[in-house]
Amino acid sequence: MATIIERNVADSIDDLVKEAEMLKTRLEEERAKFNDMELTTVAEKLDALPPFSTKSRRLLKGHQGKVLALDWSVDKRHMVSTSQDGKLIVWDAFTTNKENVITMPTTWVMTCAYSPSGTTVACGGLDNKVTLYPLNLDEDVNKHKKVVSNHLNYISSCKFMHSDQQLLTASGDSTAKLWDVESSTAIQTFQGHQADIMGIDVSPSESGNIFVSGSSDHMAMVWDIRTGQYVQTFEGHESDVNCVRFYPSGDAFVTGSDDATCRLFDLRADRQVAIFKKESVIFACNAVDFSLSGRLLFGGYSDYCIDVWDTLKGSRVAILYGHENRVSCLQISPDGTALGTGSWDCTLRIWA
Amino acid sequence: MARALSVTDDDSTSEQIIDMVRLNLQTTPVTNQTNLTTEYDQTDDQQQTIINDFLLPMNMGLIYDPNNESEQPNLSTFRKMEYLLEKMQDENNGLPIKSVKSFMSKIPSVFTGADLIQWILKNLDVDDTIDSLHLANLMSSHGYVLPIDDHVLTVKNDGTFYRFQTPYFWPSNHIEPDNIDYAVYLCKRTMQNKTRLELADYEAENLARLQKLFARKWELIYMQAEAQIKVDKKRDKVERNVLDSQERAFWDVYRPAPGCVNMTDQDIKKLMRRKTSSICLHSSSHSLSSNRRTSSTSATAPASALAAAANRNLITLTASLFSSVSPSSAVVRPTQPPPPALHECDETQEIDNLVHEIEFLKHRIERRCLKTSKVCENYINYYEQYTEFDPFMTQSEPSNPWISDSVDLWEMEKFGSREISSRRVKRWGFSIMELLKDPVGRDHFWKFLDKEYSSENLRFYEACIQLRFHIPQKDVANKVKEIYNEFLSPGAYYSINIDQRIMNITKKNINNYPNRYTYDEAQEHIFNLMTRDTYNRFLRSELYRELLIGGKKKYGLKTGRLSIVRPLENLTKFSTTSQPQ
Repeated sequence: MATIIERNVADSIDDLVKEAEMLKTRLEEERAKFNDMELTTVAEKLDALPPFSTKSRRLLKGHQGKVLALDWSVDKRHMVSTSQDGKLIVWDAFTTNKENVITMPTTWVMTCAYSPSGTTVACGGLDNKVTLYPLNLDEDVNKHKKVVSNHLNYISSCKFMHSDQQLLTASGDSTAKLWDVESSTAIQTFQGHQADIMGIDVSPSESGNIFVSGSSDHMAMVWDIRTGQYVQTFEGHESDVNCVRFYPSGDAFVTGSDDATCRLFDLRADRQVAIFKKESVIFACNAVDFSLSGRLLFGGYSDYCIDVWDTLKGSRVAILYGHENRVSCLQISPDGTALGTGSWDCTLRIWA
Repeated sequence: MARALSVTDDDSTSEQIIDMVRLNLQTTPVTNQTNLTTEYDQTDDQQQTIINDFLLPMNMGLIYDPNNESEQPNLSTFRKMEYLLEKMQDENNGLPIKSVKSFMSKIPSVFTGADLIQWILKNLDVDDTIDSLHLANLMSSHGYVLPIDDHVLTVKNDGTFYRFQTPYFWPSNHIEPDNIDYAVYLCKRTMQNKTRLELADYEAENLARLQKLFARKWELIYMQAEAQIKVDKKRDKVERNVLDSQERAFWDVYRPAPGCVNMTDQDIKKLMRRKTSSICLHSSSHSLSSNRRTSSTSATAPASALAAAANRNLITLTASLFSSVSPSSAVVRPTQPPPPALHECDETQEIDNLVHEIEFLKHRIERRCLKTSKVCENYINYYEQYTEFDPFMTQSEPSNPWISDSVDLWEMEKFGSREISSRRVKRWGFSIMELLKDPVGRDHFWKFLDKEYSSENLRFYEACIQLRFHIPQKDVANKVKEIYNEFLSPGAYYSINIDQRIMNITKKNINNYPNRYTYDEAQEHIFNLMTRDTYNRFLRSELYRELLIGGKKKYGLKTGRLSIVRPLENLTKFSTTSQPQ
């Protein structure tokens, strides 16, 4: 009896696998029909970019360990950063002054986020938690800290969801969760990745219901926050996807990976539309962001450099030298006037 | 070794080992200097030290599995560099490798830095000399290209001589070497009594530290060093010369000179990942994996064969011990699923997953999608529309604060500022989201709606956004009711206009399960209505036109392009694309 059941189960698994394979092929065929022209071909009519004059304008020193994460405040000049020495620093990047230094209970603070109101910062890492610290108090912030999220493995990324009240977290336990800050309870759990989620990004439009995630399973996924289900998946990378970032219009996103490439995936075309790579670029890409118009793509690599790509033509337009170790994080300031980068050389730089 | 064996039989020690694994992972060496000192600190407890010495490589063995590409974080980078290295050594198109006669002696198999830089420039898609030099330096810092007599692994674009690393010492062919190997190596050099092998100051310090640390084992280390010298002596003099420099470079990578970046540092996220995956592997089939581990260790033999043998024994021992206490290793990683007790359980799970996958694929095939040419056009339009607002593309007016050190731009943009630049006003015309994103724009839109007595739509939209993102979870039910009373109930004060179909859906949502997304359909409907109707009227209004011209008087547009028509044509395009998918 038992063997018969087992065989049936095995059969149905085989059938299901076959069906899934078939559907995958069909999906690829369907998508291929719509792939009528390359982005670089369409972009040929555009003028080449003028010579690039971006320089390092500020150097923020103060961390004693590798800088692992940074986030800009909406006020366009403040910035929060965390480092491996367990310190969180709030900077006035414009004057390079440190406005707050918070010592974490854990070292390895791998992610941080400024709340949209600019009054709170969130951070988390190897402690598997995200902790919120209010900034507008003169007293010891540690007294007012609040633990919002708990995961079963390290926190790789956290972002506020268009408000101070909701926090989206991604973790090494391969899930992402949306949290209600006030009650510290999970509103939604997002399961589907086969390995650690390394990065997430929230749709720039507040009427959008989606976010994207990149994972060690080499995939990027698009999720519906209402249902908790993934609605699109994107393959192509040959190694861990370390970071994801929405295109400014919200219609596409870019990924950076250990395979030393960045890829642009379009949500409407449902496929990869561009890849940014060079034979001489061989190190992992750890962070990506777009300039305000989406024309420039900044990638922070393990080879100490920030490569600037022409998103539309697919070519590299410049390399920003300055850091003396891996570039671990980067972000364009909210008004697009500057690029903030953080590195394992313990410093942050502002480029404009 | 016997000692370590006896203590590992003890249960409490196995607990200790688990603890130490955790400890090791949390304080994964930042630099090797700290690595040395952490072990150094523990010399008072000899037992611990012994376990720790052997556990560290074992621990690394858990993390690195050279058989599995995905297990070693930097492996793909190593492979790419090795590919380049092979190209450089190609007989026909590679670098010319020479033996150079120098005063009284010969320097075998070298090439100059300048040659290397030129080769990279010629053969790879680098931008310029700086780029080329940068790549050469990175390859050097990983030990692939080594200066013949310098601990600092860098490349200079001149006549300095360099050598290629032999594959045996490539980082991809090694698990992280341990301190015993290092001690043997340093010991060996002191014994050879040659000027070119003399220890640098930092190496002498490291040796002293290691000697203290491994005091009880020093005899063994000394013997190993002697044995290695014996083998070395059989080699040809030239070969030995080359090998010495290659071995030195190997250690310069793993135990860098002060001030050098340690290239073997790992990303903690990746380390955590390897750890968890290998522990899972252990719990499922430990006999198999420990077997493989043994073989993999021997395949990537550390610099000294004897140490390898010693390590191997202990690794197997501790590894099997480690897996036998796997229930308590759940402490290390609580997510670890318990070993599957029932086979069928797994299969039902798999079937569920497959069914879900199939559903998803079907759904995705049906999903409408746009042609690539279409979305590409859209990127270009977006760029053309926004290029004048992108400080990296167009100079900011009055100036970019980061470049000019003047905050005029930010002062001007502040809410309540008297002056509103026409650039900014123009942007409100791109899409309703642009208008609502700018507090000043939103404010003007409100004023306009108030004048028109048609603010209920925006009011409703904002209430929905409040509900979705801003309301604490406990107030959600109340807010749903509140919104219903304010906008949808018969005789509501701000009654909004939605059709019966959407009204029915919404009512059903309210009755079934009131939540943050109850009004999604209604919100979308109202948003579209607002975009088509009120927003368009706003753009055509006197108020907006005045703002545009008012701004222009103060700052003036560089181009004469008028912006009334353009936003309208863009509008349709964006209202279709900015919708939730």
